[in-house]
Amino acid sequence: MSRDDWELYEIFIRTARGLAHRHVGSVHAADPEMAIEVARDIYTRRNEGVSIWAVPSKAITASDPEEADALFEPAKDKIYRHPTFYKIPEGVENI
Amino acid sequence: MATATAEKLAPPKAADLVTLALRLGDDALVLGQRYAEWVGHAPALELEMAVSNLALDLIGEAQLWLDLAGRLEGEGRDADKLAYLRDVLDFTNLLLVEQPNHDWAYTVLRHYLYSVYHRLLIEGLSRAPEEAFREIAAKVLPEVRYHVKFAHSWVLRLGDGTEESHRRLQAALDRIWRFTGEMFTDDELTARLEAAGFPPLASGLKAAWDEEVGRTLKDAGITPPQPRQMITGGRIGHHGEHLGHLLAELQFMQRAYPNREW
Repeated sequence: MSRDDWELYEIFIRTARGLAHRHVGSVHAADPEMAIEVARDIYTRRNEGVSIWAVPSKAITASDPEEADALFEPAKDKIYRHPTFYKIPEGVENI
Repeated sequence: MATATAEKLAPPKAADLVTLALRLGDDALVLGQRYAEWVGHAPALELEMAVSNLALDLIGEAQLWLDLAGRLEGEGRDADKLAYLRDVLDFTNLLLVEQPNHDWAYTVLRHYLYSVYHRLLIEGLSRAPEEAFREIAAKVLPEVRYHVKFAHSWVLRLGDGTEESHRRLQAALDRIWRFTGEMFTDDELTARLEAAGFPPLASGLKAAWDEEVGRTLKDAGITPPQPRQMITGGRIGHHGEHLGHLLAELQFMQRAYPNREW
């Protein structure tokens, strides 16, 4: 296996307990264990994380940017989908 | 009987503690410098980061041990003076760590063989009778454990990789094996320190090392090396030519511009 055969992995780091993993970048690696190790050295060496996920990039299905209008435009004018659209009736507490 | 012996322990001699700290510091310094040589040459950008982190871990550890050696010695030498202003004969590192990197297989295999020993040694020292040794051991232990994990994964990856990677790993083992015996060679210093209550420093680590390393080599599909004559001498300053070249690079600045700070 040459360097060119290494797979691309997307790296997700959880910065603290209780938070969600966030995408931080990607690495090339020969196998998943190596992906974790190199991600550790590249993305957590300044104490940025408590947990690492490595996901083969090819396992990710992404939305098509060409379809962005069809996918996301319809949501833009539906402000009533935000909770702030609604007024809280007087006398309601702890909502 | 055991408690009676423990009560009679004489405290270790200061000079012995200095030498032990120097040995620990020199191993880490020289191996750290070897890893620094990979910077700009590692097989991939990702490994460049990995190997420079190993180098920094080891040079950081060297600084702790050499500073301790200097403090215990009490002659005004700190880690920098000990690292930059001693000559080859004064270095006490193992021959194993001064060997050139050769290739990636040799580098990671040497790193594995050394790191298992390093971890066993540091784990023991985290229970040493001297507090200063316990403190440094506790600080570096997580790094050393990671080094074992990193190197272990690479030994398996190369052993179980391609024909070429397997061939290189086997060649590296055959080439390096004769330098492994020195880690487990007792001498008067280790005997005196162990008698003063220190944990096993050499031969006492061998059984655990043999077991762990043997298992990994088997998992990697590597043929165990034939027993052979071991080469020793680093601990008493009898080094190969390679260390001189390494120090020439490491010490160039201080040799060319004494006392220059940067």
